[in-house]
Amino acid sequence: MAEQLSQPDPQPVAESATPEPVTVAADPPLLRIDGVVKTFGAVRAVDRLSLDIGAGEFFALLGPSGCGKTTLLRMLAGFETPDQGRILLDGKDIAQMLPHQRPVNMMFQNYALFPHLSVRDNIAFGLKRARMPGSEIAARVAEMVALVRLEGLEKRKPDQLSGGQRQRVALARSLARRPRVLLLDEPLAALDKKLRESTQAELMELQRRLGMTFIVVTHDQDEAMTMADHIGVMDQGRLEQVATPRQLYEAPRSRWVAEFVGDVNLFEGEPRPDEAGRIAVATRDAGTIFAAEPPDTLTKTKVCVAVRPEKVKLSRRGPALDAGHAHAVNRLEGVVTEVSYLGGLTVYKVKLDSGAVLRSSMANTARLETEAYSVAQRVVAWFAPDDCVVLEQ
Amino acid sequence: MSARRIFARPARFAAIAPYLWMVLFFLVPFGFVLKISLSQTVIAQPPYSPVFDLSEGFAAIRAALAALSLDNFRLLVSDDLYVLSYLRSLVVAAVSTSILLVIGYPIAYGMARLPRRWQSVAMVLVIVPFWTSFLIRIYAWINILQHDGLLNRILLALHLVSAPVVWLSTDSAMYLGIVYSYLPFMVLPLYATLAKMEPALEEAASDLGASPRLVFWLVTFPLSLPGVAAGILLCFIPIVGEFVIPDLLAGSDSLMIGQTLWLEFFTNKDWPVASAAAVLLLVLLLVPLLFYERLQRRQLEGGR
Repeated sequence: MAEQLSQPDPQPVAESATPEPVTVAADPPLLRIDGVVKTFGAVRAVDRLSLDIGAGEFFALLGPSGCGKTTLLRMLAGFETPDQGRILLDGKDIAQMLPHQRPVNMMFQNYALFPHLSVRDNIAFGLKRARMPGSEIAARVAEMVALVRLEGLEKRKPDQLSGGQRQRVALARSLARRPRVLLLDEPLAALDKKLRESTQAELMELQRRLGMTFIVVTHDQDEAMTMADHIGVMDQGRLEQVATPRQLYEAPRSRWVAEFVGDVNLFEGEPRPDEAGRIAVATRDAGTIFAAEPPDTLTKTKVCVAVRPEKVKLSRRGPALDAGHAHAVNRLEGVVTEVSYLGGLTVYKVKLDSGAVLRSSMANTARLETEAYSVAQRVVAWFAPDDCVVLEQ
Repeated sequence: MSARRIFARPARFAAIAPYLWMVLFFLVPFGFVLKISLSQTVIAQPPYSPVFDLSEGFAAIRAALAALSLDNFRLLVSDDLYVLSYLRSLVVAAVSTSILLVIGYPIAYGMARLPRRWQSVAMVLVIVPFWTSFLIRIYAWINILQHDGLLNRILLALHLVSAPVVWLSTDSAMYLGIVYSYLPFMVLPLYATLAKMEPALEEAASDLGASPRLVFWLVTFPLSLPGVAAGILLCFIPIVGEFVIPDLLAGSDSLMIGQTLWLEFFTNKDWPVASAAAVLLLVLLLVPLLFYERLQRRQLEGGR
């Protein structure tokens, strides 16, 4: 390991390696993960992963269980050591540092509060290790207790607290040392739904107020979408996409991401350019679908078209293809087979004449049922070329 | 008859059974011992004066009660022989238990950190010696430790000593025998508490800046205290009353209370004094037991 470290880099990491010109990389990022590999036995838990996270960012690592997101987080905390690669924090490689030497703190999934210590001593634990003077410790603990609103509970032991209170103690304990980066491992997984929503809001508010960098690991995409500025979607040890929640949902980079994040209709087919500068995809299940994407996507011969269900509108008769409805070129006919009323919206399953099933979700904007469709009703489903994403199969 | 009543009875019996056991096999025999300890020695069979004889009626019982004496207990506390035996027992038990803790803790800690499937293997290895008779294992140690035994032969072969060392009939041999025999009783309760400790707790401590040494002393050790207490009691109490190991491995110049008891019973045939010694031993051992009981209750209350 030391040998690898002492090897000089053949080339400094080229700026051109990052294709996204979105962020101006004037300052080095707070945290740079560079070609990190971690293997357990025959399994590559993290596979040559590189990622930059800026100061003050709320970053979410999202992925199915076993995708390597927790391993990555544990490498940032120091509980695992990368087999290869560097982890640069403020430009300094911390990959081989022991956990207690890193300016990084972690909030554990099941909180890992010390059961033999009071709330106050749990929060003060890290401060005492930093050899802070007693009066400062007392002040900082009081500040943290106020921050997470645990006043009056300082003398309680963890087992005398409710789940939500324990979560706040864990948060206060991990924030007390004012870490450069706070790592949160499924911070809300142990809370019930109501509490989870209010805690989400509190976490975001706290992060904004402290200006601290948060990296949260979660398998819950709603949680990631709600809280994070940027989301890194992981699968099989690799980052599939790093993007804002909106980009991730509206412009997924791969079929896997499109299917993992939210619900999606996919139609496989072969693309060809269209005279209007769009792509026309000849699909097996839905005829020709027009997608408003630049034809440079045409390097592949087999693609699939992704359309989110809420972009698919239903009507009894298709809108007339006049100037006002030019965007309604993609129209498919079928029969409603399933209606799921979810309150705010209704999800329809439409069996197309080709046999494929199309999902459409429509907001219930009116209280009365005039706009609803019922099972066995024949409908026209239509969506605009703008709402189609062409992806590799 | 309702189903509930049928099931209620065995359930109630199950609750009473342990008490019944205690009364039958502990309290009643202890009553006998207590009774003998309050009587006088006579040269007879059995070798003590009956304190009361139910066949002679109420008056005789009253006379016997009046004749009860604490002489035997007075003898125990006034005679150096007994006091020194008690003290030696306590010292031997304390020293052995400390050695056991120092050796047993790392073993238990190592076991608890093994991969799951190796833990059960390690557990079997700790328990396996129990499958051989305890006496045979002690005799095996005599073989190893004797003048031309394995240990001396190895030491001579390695030229570490020039003449055979006297190991047998020393305190070192006795401590070796005790530590060897009681090690599982220390390791198993420690292992049980360490194995169920959440590994994230130690990670959290190091995450918050504690060095590995501090992680151990601030988190691991305090949280393993119930196991430490259980291990100490499981070793200390039986070692105080230990008879076989000191008799076979230690010298005869100073005796543990178990040996003194044996002498009084079988050599001196002084049953009343021996009984008194046994009663006093029990009272002495009640102190750490009550302490442990209180500790446990406090933990239960804390856990609520």
